Amino acid sequence: MSDDHHSHDHTELPSDLELKVKALESLLVEKGLVSEETLDTLIETYEHKVGPRNGAQVVAKAWAQPDFREWLLKDANAAIASLGFTGRQGEHMRVVENTTKVHNLVVCTLCSCYPWPVLGLPPVWYKSAPYRARAVSDPRGVLAEFGTHLDDGVEIQVWDSTAEMRYLVLPQQPAGTEGWPEDKLAEIVTRNSMIGVEEVCIDNDDNDEEAAS
Amino acid sequence: MRGSHDLGGLKGLGPISPEHESCEPVFHADWEKQVFALTMAVGFLGQWTLDESRHARERQTPEDYLRHSYYENWLVGLQTLLLEKGIVSEQELNTGNPDCDSPASDLSALQAKDVGEILLRGGPVEMATEKIPKFVPGDRVRVRHEVTPGHTRVPAYVRGRVGSIERHHGAHVFADRNALGHREGKHLYSIRFASREIWGEDTKPGEAFSVRVDLWEPHLEVL
Repeated sequence: MSDDHHSHDHTELPSDLELKVKALESLLVEKGLVSEETLDTLIETYEHKVGPRNGAQVVAKAWAQPDFREWLLKDANAAIASLGFTGRQGEHMRVVENTTKVHNLVVCTLCSCYPWPVLGLPPVWYKSAPYRARAVSDPRGVLAEFGTHLDDGVEIQVWDSTAEMRYLVLPQQPAGTEGWPEDKLAEIVTRNSMIGVEEVCIDNDDNDEEAAS
Repeated sequence: MRGSHDLGGLKGLGPISPEHESCEPVFHADWEKQVFALTMAVGFLGQWTLDESRHARERQTPEDYLRHSYYENWLVGLQTLLLEKGIVSEQELNTGNPDCDSPASDLSALQAKDVGEILLRGGPVEMATEKIPKFVPGDRVRVRHEVTPGHTRVPAYVRGRVGSIERHHGAHVFADRNALGHREGKHLYSIRFASREIWGEDTKPGEAFSVRVDLWEPHLEVL
């Protein structure tokens, strides 16, 4: 499930896999099918530009502006596009809201479907066999593994991304953050909370600072 | 039939063991970056659909699919399609060098300057259809047992199960046919299943939950 079995031999020699990928790349470049500059641009885009900070801005805005929240829940595509986060693997967005009664959890049991424009590429665990197997059969156990324990009576709703709809969880705004500016709210929104495996928490320092100001 | 990739409900796979969010890199090795970028760049040549590429990864044996890391599965999928579509030969793959007698390709590579725009544009799958949706929210439906041979997006754990239509998403490109290169729009619905309907007595009292799955009209039958 991980790449542990490939390269932990403590030598500097490239593994068979590395050689195979390098050979494929040079073949495709030589045949004129891909350009190295394009490959670099693709990597740069998803390594540094498109990631969960985008989604955090969406969530922060929804917390700060009730009109935006309403728009986001009704027409996620348009509301998210207004912030510029559109395109590949986010063509058909839906935002699902956590409340005191409902907790949402997103998975793709068949592969790794994930809303790229707002969250970037999925983490290893999201693509892993144990998560994909258990999110739909034992969501409470999955949440516990992330240290998330919901109150009794909270209904868990799991969203299996089996088509091209992509789901983003709107986590609950933590108590004590009302009135915070959007950029400060965005800082506390984690990627995991937007997948639904964690809730958003604030540490006490943040809270004290706000109380004192 | 259940594909190697269809993991919902499978037991015995062990803990998830997530890395901590704050210290998890996007890629864990340079070769992963290369496989990701090659798959994307070659995909933009337009020689296959997204569902064909999913199917190429899924067609491995369960042993291989589960043994491989994520990007190894991508690599297998990419190599499979490059060979099947005749874009590279077996010998070229093995040697990493173009065959002397291979004809010049008439495919033109995606240019770096066009990457931003093509990603922003994405590939919307909503389609116009004159057919009226067969179901409306609130309808109870059963997922068909018989599934499309080859690629399907119906997970095994909901086959034969009864759920209720929660939302009609419009007509979307039907993945099962798109995997064969046919672009057809079919009505897509979000369907709610109760955990007891899927897992029966496996769900402990007080721990009930629900699962929403997006399925197309041909997957569903009227109750």
